[in-house]
Amino acid sequence: MRHDIVIIGGGPAGLAAAISAREAGVEDVLILEREQELGGILNQCIHNGFGLHTFQEELTGPEYAARYIEKAQALGIPAQLGATVIDLAREDGVLTVTCVSRQAGLQCIQAGAVVLCMGCRERPRGALNIPGCRPAGIFSAGTAQRLVNREGYLPGRKVVILGSGDIGLIMARRMTLEGAQVQCVAEIQPYSGGLKRNIVQCLDDYGIPLKLSHTVVDIRGKERVEGVTIAAVDDRMQPIPGTEEDIPCDTLLLSVGLIPENELSRQIGVEISPATNGPRVNESLETSIPGVFACGNVLHVHDLVDYVSEEAEQAGRNAARAVLGQSAETGREIPLSPTGAIRYTVPATLDPARMQETLTVRFRVKETVKSGQIRVLLDGKEVLRRNRPIMAPGEMEQAVLKKEWFTGTEQTLEVWAGPREGGNTNG
Amino acid sequence: MKPYDVVVIGAGVTGAAVARELSRRKGRFVVVERSGDVGEGTSKANSAIVHAGFDALPGTLKAKMNVQGSQVMEDLARELDIPYRRNGALVTCLNPEDLPHLQELYERGLQNGVQGLRLLSGDEARAMEPNLSQRVCGALLAETSAIICPFELTLGLAESAVQNGVEFRFSTAVQGLEKTETGWRVHTSQDVLETRVVVNAAGVAAGELHNAVCDRPIHIVPRKGEYMLLDKTVGDHVSHTIFQLPGKLGKGVLVSPTVHGNLLVGPTALDVEDPEDLAVTAAGLKDLQEKAALAVDRLPLRQVITSFAGMRAHETGDDFVLEETAENFFDAAGIESPGLSSAPAIGAYLADRIAQKLSLPENPDFDPIRHAVPHLAGMSPQERAARIRENPAYGAIVCRCEQISEGEILDAIHAPLGARTLDGVKRRTRAGMGRCQAGFCSPRVMELLARELHTDLLAVRKNGPESRLVVEQIRGEDKP
Amino acid sequence: MAEHELTCIGCPLGCALRVETDDTGAVVRVTGNTCKRGEDYGRREVTCPTRTVTSTVRVAGGKEPVVPVRTRTDIPKDRIFACMEAVRQAHIAAPVSIGDVVLHNVCGTGVDVIASKAVPARE
Repeated sequence: MRHDIVIIGGGPAGLAAAISAREAGVEDVLILEREQELGGILNQCIHNGFGLHTFQEELTGPEYAARYIEKAQALGIPAQLGATVIDLAREDGVLTVTCVSRQAGLQCIQAGAVVLCMGCRERPRGALNIPGCRPAGIFSAGTAQRLVNREGYLPGRKVVILGSGDIGLIMARRMTLEGAQVQCVAEIQPYSGGLKRNIVQCLDDYGIPLKLSHTVVDIRGKERVEGVTIAAVDDRMQPIPGTEEDIPCDTLLLSVGLIPENELSRQIGVEISPATNGPRVNESLETSIPGVFACGNVLHVHDLVDYVSEEAEQAGRNAARAVLGQSAETGREIPLSPTGAIRYTVPATLDPARMQETLTVRFRVKETVKSGQIRVLLDGKEVLRRNRPIMAPGEMEQAVLKKEWFTGTEQTLEVWAGPREGGNTNG
Repeated sequence: MKPYDVVVIGAGVTGAAVARELSRRKGRFVVVERSGDVGEGTSKANSAIVHAGFDALPGTLKAKMNVQGSQVMEDLARELDIPYRRNGALVTCLNPEDLPHLQELYERGLQNGVQGLRLLSGDEARAMEPNLSQRVCGALLAETSAIICPFELTLGLAESAVQNGVEFRFSTAVQGLEKTETGWRVHTSQDVLETRVVVNAAGVAAGELHNAVCDRPIHIVPRKGEYMLLDKTVGDHVSHTIFQLPGKLGKGVLVSPTVHGNLLVGPTALDVEDPEDLAVTAAGLKDLQEKAALAVDRLPLRQVITSFAGMRAHETGDDFVLEETAENFFDAAGIESPGLSSAPAIGAYLADRIAQKLSLPENPDFDPIRHAVPHLAGMSPQERAARIRENPAYGAIVCRCEQISEGEILDAIHAPLGARTLDGVKRRTRAGMGRCQAGFCSPRVMELLARELHTDLLAVRKNGPESRLVVEQIRGEDKP
Repeated sequence: MAEHELTCIGCPLGCALRVETDDTGAVVRVTGNTCKRGEDYGRREVTCPTRTVTSTVRVAGGKEPVVPVRTRTDIPKDRIFACMEAVRQAHIAAPVSIGDVVLHNVCGTGVDVIASKAVPARE
């Protein structure tokens, strides 16, 4: 079996990539989706706030997904559901995707190009080394979200949330609306990991305290959670003795970060960036393995699905170009250097010859920057300067590069963010 | 009702081994277990090592049982269809002043009859294990040391026993023992059992039972050990089990690959009052990190996927108690390390003595072969494809991290001693044991448990009776 | 005269708004917003705050036991819990399409509760 483009994952990234690949002229696109329906995690994100950027209206997760699912179906793009990719390999230049499903058994599918759209997973408790017992009642926020929104069950009645990621904030409100008491949200960082609007409408609206620079230092309960102890942390994030506070609860939700799911990427030998935990990609969103592209949360964790869709459209288009032999010959690769307060950029390199008229570079800052500025320097010469009132690690930033800036001799490309004169860095 | 020939108290690895060995004879045997599954005590959280046998003092039961157990373990693992790997162990010496102790350990091993022992220089050891610390100035190589999955060993022994006619009763706590003319009357939380012989394999509770029937008390101290489990991506950080020679720096902790490809670091050792205190402590984790780093460099501690604590049944006499303590009451008490390694030998030893005492005839139908739940991710693509053709449920992946299918989970639920809880499924199939730690698959596994056991999600438990996972159905399907 | 400092929830930017009201409580001026949506939010938030409510409703005969729902537009903030109570009691028969009205004029707010996902009937 062979397909021109195989898209691994039928969530927002996979759907947008498949649609744009088809629209760019590749007929033979196949989506492999491990769940029983398309849409990915959006199916359990029943809250509103999606699509403002893409559709200029505020949609819920399922509504946002439906727009893309309908479009993919209208284009006749086939999708195998319940199909889990178990292996990805490249031998003699041929990409092989191995997947299993109830309907089709084990299939080895050859692909002209592969787009990685596997999304991300939540960081579990173990990774945090929280001391204490291991009773029932400790859930990642997304697991609780699925139980509440898809199964119709409440995981607990008295809840503490560790971590102020967006899913945790959303679940604070959701469980409150279903009658649970959310005692507090503890965040080890001095700033929230979630969007400001979610602090307002999920916590402030319901009087749920957000305790910054606090963490859980003990979990009690032999079989089911009976309580947790939270404590303030110092600037090295170590608990400060004497600040412990016992909070009785039956549930601890964790919203402590998302990790791109790159098991398959690693299997095929894709180079992974330690800053994003996702593949290192070039301007075409192509990984270190030719013909393998990546987009969405598998590439780097996004805050907004709108940007996932936008990025995935690029990846799908680029995969189509590669399959159709329309990619320009590779000229040179200019590395993008993140400097100042920037932690990473996606993409990590840029080939001006293969770049489209514009290229959106997405990045995150390491720390909160007030009265900030973004600057792009090409061979040390400033080509872009944009003021930003505030930049926070929890919110993705972007800079749009223009092809016209490149004349063919450039060696260095620096993306900088920091306080503009008179501004300050905080945190 | 005909009385039992033997009631074994405790379905840990020792009780299961005794039960399986008993089933080589004809008789009426039952294992009673207070928790809901096999291996819920000491057997579920330990170092997962089949020790070579150089550690125990010559002449002790520990030494004898360990060496015998270690010798039969590979064949046993094959019969029970469970993973076993002879990866060898290195006891590292971190201080030149302690080198004589390494020599002592070597000689002790020889005395105990351990094969494949060799003393190495620090450089020789590092040549075998590049991540060993420069501090390592000598090492004892034990080629016969192996790794195993303790839960699967316990389950394998127990299911083999069931196949050969042994009965298991879970959620059945022993509340009292009464001497009768023909043996014992065992009062449990469920009912009263008449039996000729009782075997006390109650782990940390064994002391209590012993002391109830015997005026020479033993003292079992619950000793807590904390562990950290690291992701499979770093499972090959060391290939041998790396021990530290007890010395000036304390007892040290081990770093070992597991049969499932993870890396295990532990244990701490802390005597505690409450045998159910399985809390992991900040101090314990810190201690592990510091001690492990003494022998092994570049430990990728950012890759920790979970930490846990186990409880060891330490007997203050420091040896196993394996004897007919009172008439027709056999102890298997104080079974701490190397208890896992010794289990097959303990089982055979006690079963032989009981069979002799009760004149039990051979069981001509005894079948040593037991089949585990198939593990599709470990199969070749051809074999896997064939399995899915046979049963399409093997193609529906539920746990994405470990690639465990619905078919494997259903097999685990419907096995002779089937899984009844989320943890039961996890231990039998590894669903939920991967790097997401059940974030994605637990709702799915809960649904499968509810469906297959004809119950409701509200009744599904993580492990014990109070460990429910959801507390209220907020939107039921509309029932007309 | 009063000044209210708010964070706009109109979009992910989360602009810091300053809303000035006169002695009657009427809004005099909104600053700090970067779009019209922000000004609207600022005005509404200090006079009659509103929110969209999202939840789920049980389904009869569907492939899934519940369907996600939303209020078609915002409702007054102080009606959220009343709306939730109505949603908890509600039910709808499969098949359900996106936009199907689950509750008309929920709690007298003039706003419908609508399905936000399709749920096919069980075969």
